[in-house]
Amino acid sequence: MKESIEQDSEEIRDDQTYLLKLYVAGQTPKCVKAFANLRAICETHLSGKYNIEIIDLTKNPQLGRADQILAIPTLVRHLPSPLVKIIGDLSNTERVLVGLSIQPN
Amino acid sequence: MTTTFHNSRAAQALRKCPTGIQGLDEVTFGGLPHGRTALVCGAAGCGKTLLAMQFLVNGALLYDQPGVFMSFEENETELAENFASLGIDLNELVAQNKINLDYVHLDKSEIAEAGEYDLDGLFIRLDYAIQAIGAKRVVLDTIEALFSGLSNTTILRAELRRLFRWLKDRGVTAIVTGEKGNGTLTRHGIEEYVSDCVILLEHKVVDQISTRRLRIAKYRGSAHGTNEYPFLIDEQGICIMPITSVGLNAGASTARISSGVERLDTMLSGQGFYVGSSILISGTAGTGKTSLAASAIDAACRQGKRCLYFAFEESRSQIVRNMKSIGIDLEQWFDQGLLEFHASRPMLFGLEMHLVNMYKKVNEFKPQIVVLDPISNLTAAGNFSDVKLMLTRMLDFLKLQDITALFLDLSSVNHTDQTNIGISSLTDTWIALQNMEINGERNRGLYLLKSRGMAHSNQIREFVLTDHGIELLDVYTGPEGVLTGSARYAQEEKENAKRLLHEQEIERKRREIERKHQQMVATIADLKATFEAEKEELEKIITLENAYLKAQDNNRIHLARLRKADS
Repeated sequence: MKESIEQDSEEIRDDQTYLLKLYVAGQTPKCVKAFANLRAICETHLSGKYNIEIIDLTKNPQLGRADQILAIPTLVRHLPSPLVKIIGDLSNTERVLVGLSIQPN
Repeated sequence: MTTTFHNSRAAQALRKCPTGIQGLDEVTFGGLPHGRTALVCGAAGCGKTLLAMQFLVNGALLYDQPGVFMSFEENETELAENFASLGIDLNELVAQNKINLDYVHLDKSEIAEAGEYDLDGLFIRLDYAIQAIGAKRVVLDTIEALFSGLSNTTILRAELRRLFRWLKDRGVTAIVTGEKGNGTLTRHGIEEYVSDCVILLEHKVVDQISTRRLRIAKYRGSAHGTNEYPFLIDEQGICIMPITSVGLNAGASTARISSGVERLDTMLSGQGFYVGSSILISGTAGTGKTSLAASAIDAACRQGKRCLYFAFEESRSQIVRNMKSIGIDLEQWFDQGLLEFHASRPMLFGLEMHLVNMYKKVNEFKPQIVVLDPISNLTAAGNFSDVKLMLTRMLDFLKLQDITALFLDLSSVNHTDQTNIGISSLTDTWIALQNMEINGERNRGLYLLKSRGMAHSNQIREFVLTDHGIELLDVYTGPEGVLTGSARYAQEEKENAKRLLHEQEIERKRREIERKHQQMVATIADLKATFEAEKEELEKIITLENAYLKAQDNNRIHLARLRKADS
């Protein structure tokens, strides 16, 4: 089981860039923390093949509708598909890796 | 001093937000609490979404208050479709910026939770929706869907608490719907946070008949009706009739309305029934109750009055045909729109539903006369005390509007003390049609048992259905008792014969006297004649005597001369 996931992850990792959107609501501690954690994870495990977009809903509230964002902060992985949402300040690294299907470095 | 105190009290009284839903504003004495959140809960299919949506739509259309409908279960298209059947064009309202529909979709499988979070996304979204149209009303249907999407209930509960406080701060009047839980008002117990006003919707099934009921379980800061109120959902949405709120406040009119039968009007002190009174017509099967009611309707329609007929036993065409046979044409009044007919079997709905239905029809049609034919059938939908209660409410309702009510009751035996349902004491007039069985035939008698407020005849009349209407004939009360029908004819013939005999007797006696008189006259003549004859005789004799005496005298003188009387 794990092997196949590894294989899949390897395949994915080799081919695609991660397109990640982080939805925040202003500069609250949770949002700042989430961004910091995300940066750290991406640097460590994705080695440059990633694209993070920060969307502040307090500035653009209507952008939350498309992705049905309710919880803040929410991380949405648009690429690779399928779409995955992870909510929280991303302090639980392992959960984040599993959720994004990233093979840890 | 007292006036200022009163004013300050009035100013602090809770502001209400009218829902525009018929009956609900009465039960809550003005509507939902303004600026606060109300909880509407009930089992699936009870009408929570409908109530919430009507609250919003009425707010937009009637009170110029735009609203946001945040739906967690149906998307915008589905909502528009569902409410189109009620005549609510949601798309149009959305286009006019009166309603904002927001569908929030939570797919648990898409979401993983990693770390601390809050629901600011929801807040922001809601805020955006409210500000976009300046909404004053908000509906969250049903917010418990969040519990199935997000697994951290601690965070969720905290956020919900924050949400309701947030709504209050914004000054919007909100409705939150919740599905009924086992033993709790809502499945996830959100009634802890939303406790300003709680409305329960129920769908009870008793004896195969289902009734929808609404109850205000809680309303902080205001008086409210505490009973269960039946309501129905029809093509106009939810309709509640708070019918226990009737007192005995009706006025008493002195105007009169004809019964359609002239002699009956005469029996009712010359003019007929009081307008706005209730008339009970009871009788066994086939005694002519419907016919009497139809007479009254005919007379009223002739004067341009409107009549509403609720039939629980016969169809409209049947009644029209039957009444034609006694010379009453009801069809013409249908055509003129003065008569409306509603036929339904009693077991079709519960009693409250019948009542609510009748209220609606009366309010729509605004009749002057209402007929229920027959009320005894309603026991198929409830027991006697329930039916009596329902009829009491109906009577009160009609009296308040000055509508004359005709209740027809089928009794199983000749009852003159009270009817099966016991409603005879409630009505103002009671006419009993009873069968009188004599000499192998049955005839109908009309008994005017009571008529409040007027002098009325206490005579029993024979009630006859002819092909030109109803006739009331004097009933024969002879030494053999009450006679009707052919026995009456026989008796009348007998009396006629007797009278004839007496007349002849008198005639005979008269002739007798005549004869005697003549006899007397003849006798007198006879006596007179005899008398005259004798008188003549006597006079003759007297004359002769006189002559003889004279002759005697002459003789003596002569003789004396002759004798040269030497005197």
